[in-house]
Amino acid sequence: MKPHTLSILVENKAGVLSRVTGLFSRRGFNIESLAVGPCEEPDMSRITIVAIADDEKVEQIMKQLNKLIDVIKVSDLTGNPRVERELALIKVTAEVGTSRAEIMQIAEIFRASIVDVSPKSLILQVIGDTEKIEAMETLLRQYGIKEFVRTGTVGILRGTKAQQGNK
Amino acid sequence: MKTGAKILVESLQREGTEIIFGYPGGVVLPIYDELYDSSLRHILVRHEQAAAHAADGYARASGRVGVCLATSGPGACNLVTGIATAYMDSIPIVALTGQVPTNLLGNDAFQESDITGITMPITKHNYLVKNAADLGRTIQEAFYIAGTGRPGPVLVDIPKDVSTSSAKDVALPEKVTLRGYNPTYHGHKRQIEKALQLITDAENPVIYAGGGVILSNASAELVTIATELGIPITTTLMGLGAIPGDHPLNLGMLGMHGTEYANFAITECDLLFAIGVRFDDRVTGKTETFAANAKIIHIDVDPAEIGKNKHVDVPIVGDVKAVLTDMLTCLKKQGGHDTWIKKIRHWKQHHPLKCPDDGRLHPQYIIRQMSELLGGDAIIVSEVGQNQMWTAQHFCFKNPRTWITSGGLGTMGYGLPAAMGAHFARPDLPVFDVAGDGSIQMNIQEFGTIAAENIPVKIAILNNRFLGMVRQWQELFYDRRYSFTELPPVEFVKIANAYGIEGIKVESPDDVKSALQASLDCNGPFVIDFRVEREENVFPMVPAGCAINEMIGGHPQ
Repeated sequence: MKPHTLSILVENKAGVLSRVTGLFSRRGFNIESLAVGPCEEPDMSRITIVAIADDEKVEQIMKQLNKLIDVIKVSDLTGNPRVERELALIKVTAEVGTSRAEIMQIAEIFRASIVDVSPKSLILQVIGDTEKIEAMETLLRQYGIKEFVRTGTVGILRGTKAQQGNK
Repeated sequence: MKTGAKILVESLQREGTEIIFGYPGGVVLPIYDELYDSSLRHILVRHEQAAAHAADGYARASGRVGVCLATSGPGACNLVTGIATAYMDSIPIVALTGQVPTNLLGNDAFQESDITGITMPITKHNYLVKNAADLGRTIQEAFYIAGTGRPGPVLVDIPKDVSTSSAKDVALPEKVTLRGYNPTYHGHKRQIEKALQLITDAENPVIYAGGGVILSNASAELVTIATELGIPITTTLMGLGAIPGDHPLNLGMLGMHGTEYANFAITECDLLFAIGVRFDDRVTGKTETFAANAKIIHIDVDPAEIGKNKHVDVPIVGDVKAVLTDMLTCLKKQGGHDTWIKKIRHWKQHHPLKCPDDGRLHPQYIIRQMSELLGGDAIIVSEVGQNQMWTAQHFCFKNPRTWITSGGLGTMGYGLPAAMGAHFARPDLPVFDVAGDGSIQMNIQEFGTIAAENIPVKIAILNNRFLGMVRQWQELFYDRRYSFTELPPVEFVKIANAYGIEGIKVESPDDVKSALQASLDCNGPFVIDFRVEREENVFPMVPAGCAINEMIGGHPQ
């Protein structure tokens, strides 16, 4: 069992997301993360789903996804050279004169930016792969994380090759 | 400009629809008003579930897309079991439902239910139409999706204001193209060559054929290939009729209630040639021991079925008929696996299906009499349970599309409405519904439909005053604790008579033949209430989770 990153190109139509996610839950898959948005074609969207399962199960779910009429293309990015990113916003307790400097130092190390400052807290924005986000979360926990929100992973293959809309 | 309702009716006619099974209601009033002057035939059922099953029975018997129609909310929800039944057996139907007007959608309006949401996991695809202008194209797509590739049900939900509002006639394309849907019909050449090589190398090959053969109208190709190569065929419940029951290479059904010789052959074969099947648990028993010594070739139009339950050595994605046709062109006639065939013949001789002969009325005897009387020139529909298994075992099917049963979902109450649909597909053939006293009472209200429309369906009730199959499991695996499986006696002939249907009660094997003949001689529907042995079991039987050669109720090895 390992995380698989699936990139799913779909018709940009009402109900498509629920068809896709419904299939995962129906077949007993937990979705670890999910990201959806418009893509290079105006009438299509791209869904990136990370799910933990063995290879055979993933093959079956990909075949089932391909059967959905509104799904145009399914690719498993896992095992290929790729770029994966997610974004997190972290609200950390940081009273003036206490740990602020330390937190700002951590932010710098992670190349995170401080997007909001208030007398008692800071909001940090960090972009990276899952490991990086989790590492930063662990480091900041000691200062008191008031709120933590992150996007799902988005992924793309390295090089010129692109996922295109021919099933 | 035309109303949505008119566009709908014209679209159905454009797709070649001749009959709709339906039930009116509030939001489909505009559609029903349009049907009032239309040449489309409409059959009023007594419950929407029956409309879906009738459309399904029509589709199975004809090979065309069946159509049913229901109102929103309860009407649509009542279709659900019928849609799921069609989905599990890959049957092409288009289910049309009314919906509350678009401005009330999501408002918990009167008789509103989210039927596209509800049916998402049990349809091949579904639509909620929001504009009358989209209706023509949607219906065209629905029929295309339902009937092509691996067939299946498609639901189209039509809000009331879409039916009443007007739209311009939109020119429709000759051919539907959907970028997300391109089924593969022709098998990969190299895969076909590999398969042929495996077949040539095999000493003990078996063909395992299923509903896919029937759906793709490939029975003739199947029998030709088997005969040319001298390979015995066993079929699934859904594949019965793909090869004539009395063909020397036929092994009958395999699996939980399959013949001993079919299950032995699977267990001992060195090549399993799987055609239009899905390695269902009722077929394989314990998957690890199913054809454990065999290389496996699998043809299926749905790639997701290949390798789903069992590793396959040579997968061939494609339409069964197209692939078998391609195979036939490069086939070399082969010596007939003499030793293997001899072994199978020995099994057939020493392990036949049993039919008790003790002067009492046994269901197996009734089915055999029916088979003899009809000689294959009939459509046999069944309900679900013991009645279904006895029919599958003892009726000698001669042709594809003459055996209609709910295989995957196992829907009790399926038979009678499906038989109604089958009649309209094949009015030239007698249609029998083999029922149990449990199943028939699940849609017995359809006596009203067959009486009103004079649909000449013959209903043979194997009446044992038990929910027989469940009782059998209780007898075998629950220490005869018959928990809620005994049914009080019912006089089915009296119920039939109340609807104006003729009927007869039979209590002795001596009267079976004459009763069946009487049902055939009657021009309309007919009910035979067979009072059979109460605690008869369906044997042989593979207990759940066992290997398929570990059968109980068979012959000693």
